[in-house]
Amino acid sequence: MRPGLFSLFNRAGAWVLLLFLVTPALIAIPVLLTPKRFLSMPSDELSLRHFQNLFTSEEWLSSFFQSGVIALSTSVLATFLGTLCAIGLWRVSSKYSELVRAFLLLPLIIPQIISAMAFYRLWIPLGLLDSYPGLILAHTILAAPMVLITVSASLATFDPRLEQASKNLGASNWTTMRRVILPSIRPGVFAGALFAFILSWDEIVVTLFISKFSVYTLPRRMWNGIRENTDPTVAAAAVVLIAITIIAFVVSAILSRRNAGQSRS
Amino acid sequence: MNAVARHIHPGWAIIAPLLVLVVALYLGPILNIMWLSVTDPEPGLGNYRMLYESDSLLRIVWTTLRICVITTVFSVTLGYSIAYAMVHCHQRQKNYMLTLLLVSFWISILVRTFSWLMLLGRSGLINNTLETLGLVSAPIAFMRNELGVLIGMVHYMIPYAVLPLLVSMQSLDSRVMDASRNLGASGSQTFWRIYLPLTLPGIVASTLLVFILSLGFYVTPAVLGGGKVLMVAEYISVQLLVTLKWGTAAMLAALMLAGVLAMLWIMSRFIKLSAVFGGSTR
Repeated sequence: MRPGLFSLFNRAGAWVLLLFLVTPALIAIPVLLTPKRFLSMPSDELSLRHFQNLFTSEEWLSSFFQSGVIALSTSVLATFLGTLCAIGLWRVSSKYSELVRAFLLLPLIIPQIISAMAFYRLWIPLGLLDSYPGLILAHTILAAPMVLITVSASLATFDPRLEQASKNLGASNWTTMRRVILPSIRPGVFAGALFAFILSWDEIVVTLFISKFSVYTLPRRMWNGIRENTDPTVAAAAVVLIAITIIAFVVSAILSRRNAGQSRS
Repeated sequence: MNAVARHIHPGWAIIAPLLVLVVALYLGPILNIMWLSVTDPEPGLGNYRMLYESDSLLRIVWTTLRICVITTVFSVTLGYSIAYAMVHCHQRQKNYMLTLLLVSFWISILVRTFSWLMLLGRSGLINNTLETLGLVSAPIAFMRNELGVLIGMVHYMIPYAVLPLLVSMQSLDSRVMDASRNLGASGSQTFWRIYLPLTLPGIVASTLLVFILSLGFYVTPAVLGGGKVLMVAEYISVQLLVTLKWGTAAMLAALMLAGVLAMLWIMSRFIKLSAVFGGSTR
């Protein structure tokens, strides 16, 4: 069917909107290149000093390191718990397990400010405020639902008869899990791990509440930079984050293509 | 004991670790906060009564609702246009569109807020350009007001609005529209009387999703509002971290949570929730 005039007009509008979604972020690049000491657009000369500053400043480097440690631990923990849980829910699949699944997805949809309050409330008596375990645990609870979703999606295309076949051939539960189930849901597990990493790497609202001095993640330092509105190093950090986003996006696109290829075969 | 164990599926053993963690470290403190809203500083409904008595509190709730409604209307309308264009173009063009949409989805909220700060400020790129071109004599106030908050929020929410709409539009049977055209309806009649009603579940899901996410939004209003636009989330954080009034904060959190759960319930009647969640992460 030939698209009508309205349809063409709408398509042009959609392209403009999509560009509107992506382009504002690019302004961080010229701001990063400013030779001045304050946030500004470069006028006649360009300089990489703020970029250099980002990678030589002890504060920024320690924030990169801390965010990396927290995001990596969160990703490992959330992937482990989320994958186990998804397999369990898939095997039980009853009315109750679906209720449990809906409940476990709540941390994704409940406003972050309420999650932040909840963790802050409990972390005070537990002494977990401003500590690595505190942040990792909180981020794990927020990120595990992501893993649950991606692994469940992979499991939906897994043929349960394969599991039965493996057991009939004498494999134990553990062997079946390791040699049959896990290899076939690997793309879902990897995608979940990636999403969990990004969620933690990017998390600011909960982090603002439960960290103070000793743990100072990258988003926290950026938040400070943005609020003080002075140091152009923030722009350099923003550019690095955009680069990481694009790399992660490419990786996840490759993963999902492999996933699609697998489910088709 | 054995009889009980036989009735419990062994799968629960590997569900338990995450379930226990979420119940103990997440549900527990949330229930505690709900409890606080009726017990702190003194037992009773005093915190809720403040909604009537305190003008400033009422104004904050009102501002939040107004901004959420406007954000939702714009995000869903613009999102509908994007989703429609994506479903009705060639696969190749659709892939490019999807890539742009997902990249923007994944760009850090802090990076985006920072960008708007650089663009919209008094000496930001937009005002500078307008002044150089001689279009305005004094900088336009894009920030530290509701306009700035709305620009930032709509920009953030559009991808969330598009994804449920996309799921809904892709599942439509295009022969229904063909039938309508064959029976003599015009293009616009087909759109308004057939297409739009058929995508209603998607519209409802997208509207509620965006509204829920807007309700508790913290980062963008706090930065682009510049202290001039106070919304519930920021007010809660001030109550907890500065004035240490748990009761008021807990009351607002309880209201917000009740609203969110009510909307989730409505949403679950229109669309399979897992489709929305699944769609929003891939």
